[in-house]
Amino acid sequence: MSKILDGLFYSESHEYVKVEGEFGYIGITDYAQHELGNVVYVDMPEVDDEVEAGAEFGAVESVKAASDLNSPVSGTVVEVNEALEDEPGLVNKDPYANWIIKVQLSDDDELKGLMDAEAYKTFIGE
Amino acid sequence: MNNTYYGKLIFELSKEGRCGYSLPENQFNDHSISELPENLLRQEPPALPQVDELTVVRHYTNMSNNNFGVDTGFYPLGSCTMKYNPKINEEICSLPAFSNLHPLQQIDTVQGALEVYYNLQHSLAEISGLSEFTLNPYAGAHGELTGLMVMRSYHASRGDDKRTKVIVPDSAHGTNPASAAVCGLEVVVVKSRPDGTVDVDDLRPLLNDTIAGMMMTNPNTLGIFEHNIAEIAKLVHDCGGLMYYDGANLNPMLGKCRPGDLGFDIMHINLHKTFSTPHGGGGPGSGPVGVRAGLEQFLPNPRVKRTENDGWYQYSIESTDTALGSISSFLGNFSVIMRAYTYILTLGRENLAQVGPLATLNANYIKESLKDCYELPLQGVCKHEFVFNGLKDKSTGVTTLDVAKRLLDYGFHAPTIYFPLLFHEAMMIEPTENESKETLDEFIGVMKAIAAEAASDPELVKSAPHHTPVRRLDDTKAALKQIVTYAELTQSEL
Repeated sequence: MSKILDGLFYSESHEYVKVEGEFGYIGITDYAQHELGNVVYVDMPEVDDEVEAGAEFGAVESVKAASDLNSPVSGTVVEVNEALEDEPGLVNKDPYANWIIKVQLSDDDELKGLMDAEAYKTFIGE
Repeated sequence: MNNTYYGKLIFELSKEGRCGYSLPENQFNDHSISELPENLLRQEPPALPQVDELTVVRHYTNMSNNNFGVDTGFYPLGSCTMKYNPKINEEICSLPAFSNLHPLQQIDTVQGALEVYYNLQHSLAEISGLSEFTLNPYAGAHGELTGLMVMRSYHASRGDDKRTKVIVPDSAHGTNPASAAVCGLEVVVVKSRPDGTVDVDDLRPLLNDTIAGMMMTNPNTLGIFEHNIAEIAKLVHDCGGLMYYDGANLNPMLGKCRPGDLGFDIMHINLHKTFSTPHGGGGPGSGPVGVRAGLEQFLPNPRVKRTENDGWYQYSIESTDTALGSISSFLGNFSVIMRAYTYILTLGRENLAQVGPLATLNANYIKESLKDCYELPLQGVCKHEFVFNGLKDKSTGVTTLDVAKRLLDYGFHAPTIYFPLLFHEAMMIEPTENESKETLDEFIGVMKAIAAEAASDPELVKSAPHHTPVRRLDDTKAALKQIVTYAELTQSEL
């Protein structure tokens, strides 16, 4: 059973966004990290890069596969989680505490197109 | 049984002052090394292992005993077509008249080799239903890149510079998007339908005047024949794009179907898959690229041409201005070309036409025999390979990786796992046409035994392999802490 947190917004490509004021923390879900297996590399954008809802912003590489990261929302990257550079396995340990990028949201309306915890739970069939 | 002493690393067998070979006297003493810049000179001699000849022979013979190949056992690695490499291929390509050739030899002294090259170009054109081939690319991915460069050259020759995108199905081999990206093209993914084939309705809106072409494997990586191929080819052609055929799955088509007849314009063939030349370890491989009539002028330089003179054929090596330029040194991997040509002549037209049907029969036999123990996500007849989505009973926690590791204990090579990405526990099995019913039955029996073990003693499977030279390796550590030299090994805290 995957861990799904209430209050977060989820995408069909298994990213979440946790909104705090005008910022959003984006990472991959517990379901995604479990399916990927041990993460060995996280390819992240740079601060000030623009991300677009539904578009690729990086990639996670595991022992099984390399998988694109798609941003659930649009905005500007204000911070990347540098700890993942040295220790990508943190994503497996706790994917919600170890977000990948922090974004300044440009359009709150986009959140309406994402799933809540309940809908995501149904989506992954749990 | 391997000897543990000689099975150590060659550096660990080193003894100061021991030697197994005398170097000839240096005849270049008058070329003083003092002319080299100081910072490029080595300060100490290289730390090479000091061993006698017998130790070297035992070390490497022991190491080779740890290897697994098609000559050792069944190797059902999906999408790789690990067919047997007949020994006659080696015999013919080792003939001194071929193996002692030099690429800069006078053209009139290599007419036989050029005849082989020319004939293979034409055999492949006949087999695939295309007009002309180049045998220059060194491998499948190199062939893909070359084919896409041909695609770009074609559009550029018409002054059409808007076409910068290539459509690739979500079930494609990873090389397809990679080759497109290396070629400077943008990848657009088209989705598959629940039956595993390309979703034509998802494809339609992607087509416009920015599409350079579409890459497809048929049958696809799920072993399913893309039955809408004629419609897909028409749609892509109508929007001005070209159809590229990834020849990785050509084997089941032999004798039944030709990519050229399905509407493909450009393709590559992996000689090391379909035409029985060696795989792996750098091969060397070979990825010939073929094109339909009207695209020949874009194939890379140099090309082998034939002219007839008083009933005699004369072969020449030519380059043209319209070509891509060169993508390899000389004419590619000639010894591989020689092996593939030998294979085609050994089988002949009639027997080559049996390859596809037999490969298909073998795959279906395994699939049907195992579908009660393993989850078969796509029902129906497959072609040369098929995909299971792990064990049918998921409650044991035994994964596809565990089953693959346990197979090694039984002396089989593992299938391709976790590809294609459409299924989470993918296990892709391709037996090829070579295997006897007895071998297939043995494999089926072992797969059933592993499914039974997963139910009765899951830990046994999860901790496999138990009988291999090394136990389960730590993939994560191997990716994160790469140790590639002996010096790093001795320094690391393993």
